[in-house]
Amino acid sequence: MAETATKQRTVKFIITRRERPDAAPYTEEFEVPYRPNMNVISALMEIQRNPVKADGGKTAPVCWESNCLEEVCGACSMVINGKPRQACSALVDKLEQPIRLEPMSTFPVVRDLVINRERMFQALKKVKAWIPIDGTYDLGPGPRMAESKRQWAYELSKCMTCGVCLEACPNVNDRSTFIGPAPISQVRLFNAHPTGEMNAHERLEALMDDGGIEGCGNSQNCVRSCPKGIPLTTSIAAINRDTTKQLFKKWLSM
Amino acid sequence: MSGNSYLPRKLHSLLGVIPLGLFFIEHALTNYSAFEGGREGFLDSVHGLHKLPLIFFLEMFVIWLPILFHGVYGLYIAYQSNLNTGRFSYGRNWAFALQRITGVITFIFVIWHVWNTRVQVALGHTTYDEIGNHMHQIVTQPLNFTLYVIAVIAAVFHFSNGLWAFLVSWGITVGPRAQRVSSNICMGIFVIVSVLFLLSLFAFRSDEFASAAAAGAAFGPVTFG
Repeated sequence: MAETATKQRTVKFIITRRERPDAAPYTEEFEVPYRPNMNVISALMEIQRNPVKADGGKTAPVCWESNCLEEVCGACSMVINGKPRQACSALVDKLEQPIRLEPMSTFPVVRDLVINRERMFQALKKVKAWIPIDGTYDLGPGPRMAESKRQWAYELSKCMTCGVCLEACPNVNDRSTFIGPAPISQVRLFNAHPTGEMNAHERLEALMDDGGIEGCGNSQNCVRSCPKGIPLTTSIAAINRDTTKQLFKKWLSM
Repeated sequence: MSGNSYLPRKLHSLLGVIPLGLFFIEHALTNYSAFEGGREGFLDSVHGLHKLPLIFFLEMFVIWLPILFHGVYGLYIAYQSNLNTGRFSYGRNWAFALQRITGVITFIFVIWHVWNTRVQVALGHTTYDEIGNHMHQIVTQPLNFTLYVIAVIAAVFHFSNGLWAFLVSWGITVGPRAQRVSSNICMGIFVIVSVLFLLSLFAFRSDEFASAAAAGAAFGPVTFG
């Protein structure tokens, strides 16, 4: 009894690794000393300090990405026990062990848990997810946004381009060009803005192009997975309505 | 909008409801007349339909061409989807997966069913007067009956859940509450239309439709089972 009381409690991890983008994935097991309130990132830091596998063999430290450590930057997205989420807000005490870490393989895997989310930033460019305010002279203040509108629009602005919704979506894959839920919600955000609204049709047209909003199959995994609780399916349906209107407007040459 | 997938996808969604969904309901009601009115009732419904003017063009533009487009493009949509219900076992994700699975089942079934019925009429192997007896012959075989029951439930699910998705895809039900209410209504439609089709399948098995069965006997080998 005395022995078990002094024995260091550990947390078991099974991590899917790969050395290069084109290399075959493999798993390695780690046993990390337990500390109260630790999260997946602090466990990965521990492995970085002492890169020894559960069987005692030395290995290269596990690579991952993270920045803010408070679930606002979107960098540490990975698949934890089968669900895509942020590693920084994944508390070890609330996870079933062994904790399985995998990269979000919907995206190109760079190394271990590091993925390339470039397609999300390309998507934001494609749908013009910004408000054009530049002119050759001072355009003056824009129209004001109603407070009631600002309140729901603020929820949409919480998107951190983390890619979890794309990983959860069954229609984002190599056989489909679907842009994914996040940029569709951003179109709703920027079209809601009184100045952004002036270019609303450009964003809608971008989503009525190949790989646009039609790729949504209504599985609604996105809204269940979004770490920021963004009403993605409401955004998609709202943009479905707006693109449908845009379609008829174009046909009737309005 | 060149090389665009938006328009065909939108057309696919529209055709599923208008005209195919309307035809599907009509089909359920016509079949149900076999349960409610027996052989006479069913014959009246069939005759009533085939008395419609320009019936060939109605069939072509309201049934055959829409089914062909909806089915072939639907197979392409199903091919583009992953099934990840193992990782995300949410109700809507199951509906998403089932929508694709039942779509494929329905498409295969429709080809078989049209071959068994409409094509046999066109080839002169049976007539609309004998179609009830013809169905009796098919569904009294246990294997065929089982396949019909599975396919009919699959088709009704595909229609009901497709109606729900249509309302989302055209931006009619936007918020979560609207989508939840329409989901309940569509599942109600699923139950009601399934019952209509199943009752008519049982009606076709009754002896009433066996009386002139000999007329279609020559065509027996074409059916499965």
